[in-house]
Amino acid sequence: MKKELITLNINGDDHEIAVHPWRTLNEVLRDQLHLTGTKLGCGTGDCGACTVLLDDQSVSSCLTLAIESEGHKITTIEGLAPEAVANSNLENCELNPIQESFIAKGAIQCGFCTPGMIMSSKFLLEQTPNPNEDEIRAGLSGNLCRCTGYNKIVEAIADAAEKISPTK
Amino acid sequence: MTLPQFTFLAPTSLTEACALLEKHKGKIKIKAGGTDMIVRLSHRAVKPDYLMSLKKIPNLDGISYTPGEGLTIGALALLREVDLSPLVLEQAQMLARAAHATATVQIRNMGTVMGNVCNASPSADNIPTLVAMNARIVASCGVKEREIPIDEFFLGPGRSALQANEIATAIKVPTLAPQSGVSYQKISPRSKVDIAAVNIGAMITLNDDGECQVARISMGAVGPTPLRARQAETFLLGKKITDETMAEAGRLAAEDAAPISDVRASREYRKLMVEVLTTRALKEAVGFAKN
Repeated sequence: MKKELITLNINGDDHEIAVHPWRTLNEVLRDQLHLTGTKLGCGTGDCGACTVLLDDQSVSSCLTLAIESEGHKITTIEGLAPEAVANSNLENCELNPIQESFIAKGAIQCGFCTPGMIMSSKFLLEQTPNPNEDEIRAGLSGNLCRCTGYNKIVEAIADAAEKISPTK
Repeated sequence: MTLPQFTFLAPTSLTEACALLEKHKGKIKIKAGGTDMIVRLSHRAVKPDYLMSLKKIPNLDGISYTPGEGLTIGALALLREVDLSPLVLEQAQMLARAAHATATVQIRNMGTVMGNVCNASPSADNIPTLVAMNARIVASCGVKEREIPIDEFFLGPGRSALQANEIATAIKVPTLAPQSGVSYQKISPRSKVDIAAVNIGAMITLNDDGECQVARISMGAVGPTPLRARQAETFLLGKKITDETMAEAGRLAAEDAAPISDVRASREYRKLMVEVLTTRALKEAVGFAKN
């Protein structure tokens, strides 16, 4: 069956690609564009590992058709620290404050859920710049983590919120 | 899992969309937000030759309010939009509560209230409140429109009264009568994200003497379709609303519930929870009606 030529705007860059209509955004990001920061977990919208932002709204890329993503602004985990991605070097480059907080607070163990967690955190902090603990936990209700027990992730988000929008 | 192959259709008018439904009858599926349809495709629960998206059809999004008539929720209005809509919060805040209780943040950013209704799952979060509020589903075949009372919309699990060439374009929710209140109550194993084990929507209208004039109670996940608690509704009519009458209404609702045991809850537990949640819903609805 014929592929369609589409242009996807990802992390500020236009990518012209040919896709089959049944390909999800997750497949195209990972398999065609090699942006493998976005993970594929359950494939049914339960685990949140595949979370990306579509026009600044968090969505499950495993349930989004690539061809319906044309004309929208797509942000993946790679887009939060473009310099680090370009240089393949985490030592001397700037990370997003949420990423820094996740590292500083020990909110990463195996790391598989982390990109999705961070994209959900980014959406949460844009909607609610100074969330309380309940709001943080509700904001993460669509993301599963099997290692951390969540507490460190909640701490990391509170820490990032304070850095991005200081309350005092 | 990779989705099965299909031809993707994105019509730009309702007329075109309905013509495609007619043309590919039996071989076509509709998607709006896709949060249910893509999963069903992935699981091979459906294998359509054609997948038609409604997203390019103008005027299906949006939420509006006409004084005296009520709210209109477009087929493409997202769960998130209904959750946060000032119009919904002002006119029918329980619809926002139900939308908020649906799935996850990501799913609410993608999925639609109409999609949740049209999937006709007996446990759908957004159905009981719409039933309680006596909503109507606007269905179009591209040429003419009809309004289906929500009581007649659900025919069985996953089956609605929509014809093969019809698209549900909007939900109409009538303005509440004075001295009315609504409540949505849900219980589920995880309390967030997951599918309801039991959910209840209730609307009550009181007269000046504090007696029940209208009662509509919808019970989800306790039958093949959302069920009305007819015995409880009849019992409440004309009665003074007290703790005792509300408790009795809860007991009668449990009698009308016909649940099965499954992974989410046993039949016995569901019956008990119908009683608890119905009483709780009535209390909250009456509280709103008195204010």
